[in-house]
Amino acid sequence: MAECHPVGFQWVMEAKKRGAKVIHIDPRFTRTSAVADMHVPLRAGSDIAFLGGIVNYILETEKYFHEYVLAYTNAATILREDFADTEDLDGVFSGYDPETGSYDTSTWQYEGIDEAAPSGEETKGEHDQSRQSRGAGHEMGGHGASLNASDVRRDETLTDPHCVFQVLKRHYRRYTPEMVSKTCGVPVDAFLKVCEAVTANSGRDRTTSWVYSVGWTHHSVGVQYIRGSAIIQLLLGNMGRPGGGIMALRGHASIQGSTDIPTLYNLLPGYLPMPKAGEHDNLDDYVATITSPSQKGFWADARKFTVSLLKSYWGDAATAENDFAFDYLPRLTGDHGTYATVMSMLEDEVEGYFLLGQNPAVGSAHGKMQRLGMAHLKWLVVRDLNMIESATFWKDGPEIETGELATTDIATEVFFFPAAAHVEKDGSFTQTQRMLQWHHKAVEPPGQCQSDLQFFYLLGKKVRERLAGSTDDRDRPVLDLTWNYPVTDDGEIDAEAVLAEINGGHLTGDKAGQPLTSYLEMADDGSTNGGCWIYTGVYADGVNQAARRKPGSEQSWVAPEWGWAWPANRRILYNRASADPDGKPWSDRKSYVWWDEQNQKWTGHDIADFEPTKPPNYRPDPDAGGIAALSGDDPFIMQADGKGWLFAPAGLLDGPLPAHYEPSESPVRNPLYRQQASPAREVFPRKDNLQNPSPPEANSDVFPYVFTTYRLTEHHTAGGMSRWVPYLSELQPEFFCEVSPELARERNLTHLDYATIVTARTAIEARVLVTDRMTPLFVGDRTVHQVGLPYHWGVGSSALVTGDSANDLFGVTLDPNVHIQESKVASCDIRPGRRPTGPALLRFVEEYRSRAGITVETGNRQRTPED
Amino acid sequence: MGQLSGPDPHVASNAGWAETPSRKGFFTDTSVCIGCKACEVACKEWNAIPDDGFNLLGSSYDNTGALGASTWRHVAFIEQPRRFGEQQTFFDQAPTDSRGDFRWLMSSDVCKHCTHAACLDVCPTGSLFRTEFGTVVVQDDICNGCGYCVPACPFGVIERRTGPAETKNVGIAQKCTLCYDRLDAGHMPACAQACPTESIQFGDLDELRVRAAARVETLHEEGVSDARLYGEDPGDGIGGAGAMFLLLDEPETYGLPPDPVVSTRDLPQMWKQAGLAALTLLAGAASAFIGRRK
Repeated sequence: MAECHPVGFQWVMEAKKRGAKVIHIDPRFTRTSAVADMHVPLRAGSDIAFLGGIVNYILETEKYFHEYVLAYTNAATILREDFADTEDLDGVFSGYDPETGSYDTSTWQYEGIDEAAPSGEETKGEHDQSRQSRGAGHEMGGHGASLNASDVRRDETLTDPHCVFQVLKRHYRRYTPEMVSKTCGVPVDAFLKVCEAVTANSGRDRTTSWVYSVGWTHHSVGVQYIRGSAIIQLLLGNMGRPGGGIMALRGHASIQGSTDIPTLYNLLPGYLPMPKAGEHDNLDDYVATITSPSQKGFWADARKFTVSLLKSYWGDAATAENDFAFDYLPRLTGDHGTYATVMSMLEDEVEGYFLLGQNPAVGSAHGKMQRLGMAHLKWLVVRDLNMIESATFWKDGPEIETGELATTDIATEVFFFPAAAHVEKDGSFTQTQRMLQWHHKAVEPPGQCQSDLQFFYLLGKKVRERLAGSTDDRDRPVLDLTWNYPVTDDGEIDAEAVLAEINGGHLTGDKAGQPLTSYLEMADDGSTNGGCWIYTGVYADGVNQAARRKPGSEQSWVAPEWGWAWPANRRILYNRASADPDGKPWSDRKSYVWWDEQNQKWTGHDIADFEPTKPPNYRPDPDAGGIAALSGDDPFIMQADGKGWLFAPAGLLDGPLPAHYEPSESPVRNPLYRQQASPAREVFPRKDNLQNPSPPEANSDVFPYVFTTYRLTEHHTAGGMSRWVPYLSELQPEFFCEVSPELARERNLTHLDYATIVTARTAIEARVLVTDRMTPLFVGDRTVHQVGLPYHWGVGSSALVTGDSANDLFGVTLDPNVHIQESKVASCDIRPGRRPTGPALLRFVEEYRSRAGITVETGNRQRTPED
Repeated sequence: MGQLSGPDPHVASNAGWAETPSRKGFFTDTSVCIGCKACEVACKEWNAIPDDGFNLLGSSYDNTGALGASTWRHVAFIEQPRRFGEQQTFFDQAPTDSRGDFRWLMSSDVCKHCTHAACLDVCPTGSLFRTEFGTVVVQDDICNGCGYCVPACPFGVIERRTGPAETKNVGIAQKCTLCYDRLDAGHMPACAQACPTESIQFGDLDELRVRAAARVETLHEEGVSDARLYGEDPGDGIGGAGAMFLLLDEPETYGLPPDPVVSTRDLPQMWKQAGLAALTLLAGAASAFIGRRK
């Protein structure tokens, strides 16, 4: 965190000063480790074993927060008897189909819940393959998965063998400290120290928070990493409470914002799913997939959110008669994620591509596939601050040197548009606490630089001018768009007007023209609009609430008047859990929101994440659905049963509980199961996506080392914002690899000389930094060495500093829930000296492939065969 | 003119300022430095300093090397087989017999703005001067690039800028100004403003000394027994620094001289000796004449 989020890390240092203990678990000793109370090195890609080990420790030592677990999680919920665990099935859960490499998730459901999904009779439950192709996991960014019932069977004694608690216990029973040590390379005493610290600092009086970043998400099992941490936090009662939670540090400013108002192909604003061809023919079908009328929680209002969004998009053209123009929305026909799109480019199925502040030639896994794909485009628009490698690959990319591409053969027309930086435009950032903070333009953008907002506003105008008068139905969605924004004195579209549109307003009635103050005001009859329901309130009373900057010293410690957090300016989600089932704070020290008996309402330091006047002892009518079905002690109000999910009966495609699988490429045999890597990971067995062999496959010793990639404080991701800046480039001028002195000895690597790092995709060269910050680890009966690679550099001719790109080493293997690539760990070989250049590089890599006997099947078989 | 060594609580008024604000300075607490180098970048941005070249030095994460004409804040990175206070690391349990404790020190160095600044004392043009804040500043437009100040500095901080002719201030002596222009406008120096962890603290020197002493005490209580202050003592060889540091090891570890002495400290003595010598010579010569008259 100090390494990649130094500004945010000031608060960790502040907490440390007040006595907080900081534990850093990371393969490398980083700038965070330097000031932490404890650093625990572990093998990259082994985190689920570590987290599962903590779960086992908590359960075995009975250090869980019993009252919290019983009341607020699904620990007591009874599962179906036909659910089978990885312990029973050699590393896969029940419902696994080895033919498709995917799960039928119906046996993971709660007992008594209809296995066909939530949507009722007319729409059949969506097939899991279909959910995978549309990356349905992204929808969970705003809420849990839907269930078909609000009433579930529970065992309050937590002893029923089919209750979640007992299933959890059995699942993690073998994740002992010794197993953790054998899997992660973490000494037993180090692991136990973490367990003791985390459990001692949780309970009524204390809370612990977990912080992660892309080191947890860029894996074939990334979603399950986060689930592992969620289980720990629920068992220890650390959710919905001050000082608790799981902090997702994002890779860039406002990545949170770009999932809330998504740049993802499969989402609409506010985590509404993008409709799918053939399944969501009308609004009723669509809403029925999102929610079941009988399920609990606020998500039951999905229709209001959707209709308000459609009214924002199409204004008067969206009417009750035409289903509020629901047909204008595009429909998904499959996986259109970034890697699927690049593979489509290679098939000449994609004509044009917009890159907005993204440098896939350097920043995406398997850079060669990205560059070769882009060379198939008819046109490419790059909007960036600098002439990034993705804009120049056609003349100076690595494939020009190897002869795989020739500039004269590439027909792609590249349009480069210089972009305005954040200080050169108005707008908002949404950070990881879901807080929007407004930034004002400080200086004019230089030359022809333009904000993205202005660019797309003008592009939209031009397209609409071009289509004006068209009678073709397919042009209606563009022509009917509300596209009339006020323009500022500078001639630019007013960013605040866009914020107001996102907030939404009343369209009819006495309040017509007034902004909405809360999403609770949204209606499904077309009388309101709103571009993103979760953001409603950010423009309440016609005031830009995100621009508030009242200093912390002038308000309460929760600081509600600094910026604005969704939803409804709540700073901690699910904060009903900060009080006990009776509505009293768990302790004075950790009081946050509580039930005010006298005034019969929820009150406290934050805005209660609960119906304001629903008393703790409220119990719903058994037939109730939606918000009314939430009990007075159901804090997880967006979950279909009001509970925190230790076990996820729905919503995940690769397992209801995290199980340790090895990375897709690993020199280590999975010590826990026959199943080596995740059986549901998305693989792409193609000639241009060869994988290193991993045990039990033969020849895994050709790639005996683990490598991981990461960022340095001095650079920003693929370098577009830093490698053109002299003051940053001089601080880290060259691509390097970090190795331990032990590995340096083993491979004859010399400090500051070059090393060549090889995978089945390519070989790259880097200067060598030999450092004690890297350490070999005992993993079972062998020593594992790890190589560290910062991924900021790329091959090109425009930047001040260039170099081989670490991401070129990776292949494409994805997490099935969200299509995120495994780019934080893989296996490699490392040797002293520079790599061959030109066509010799291809021969060099080919020699490795043939020595390892690699075919397209290698590493791409999802189910590990029996020995 | 004030003295050339020893404590001098009125350094600015002794330099001729009629009314002076309290003396300003830095306290750099290296125990909370996270090595982000925001200070280096903010300094260069504000002062429009050219880059210092793109060279991988292999000196841990330090690639600017040392303070110089184009690096006015410099962050050192030191990897050591020692323990940081009570910090727990587990390298000693690695499958190798050569590992023990480990810590990674980071420290942002800067011009010390000495109470007795030799650079200023030897400057023949008056380019280097003592500001009303008690800091030492080079005036680019007066400096003639004679370079006397360079060997005079006991820390090796000040340096003449080299580079192609079009480089800004090439040939001119350059160093930290403690952001004189920002202080004048009531702002804190750019490095202190940018520092996310308050490792670099700016303020009244008297108050910083108190804060620094308290911090050392706290660290000692927390088991960081090697915490010590550097440059805080008005009785030291430079009369105390305007920029003091909390270090976790010997100054040499960070590339700092253990016992810096203003190179002009002995000037009065030298002049005295020289004067005596001259007098003796004179006396000798005179006596020769007198002798001749006899």
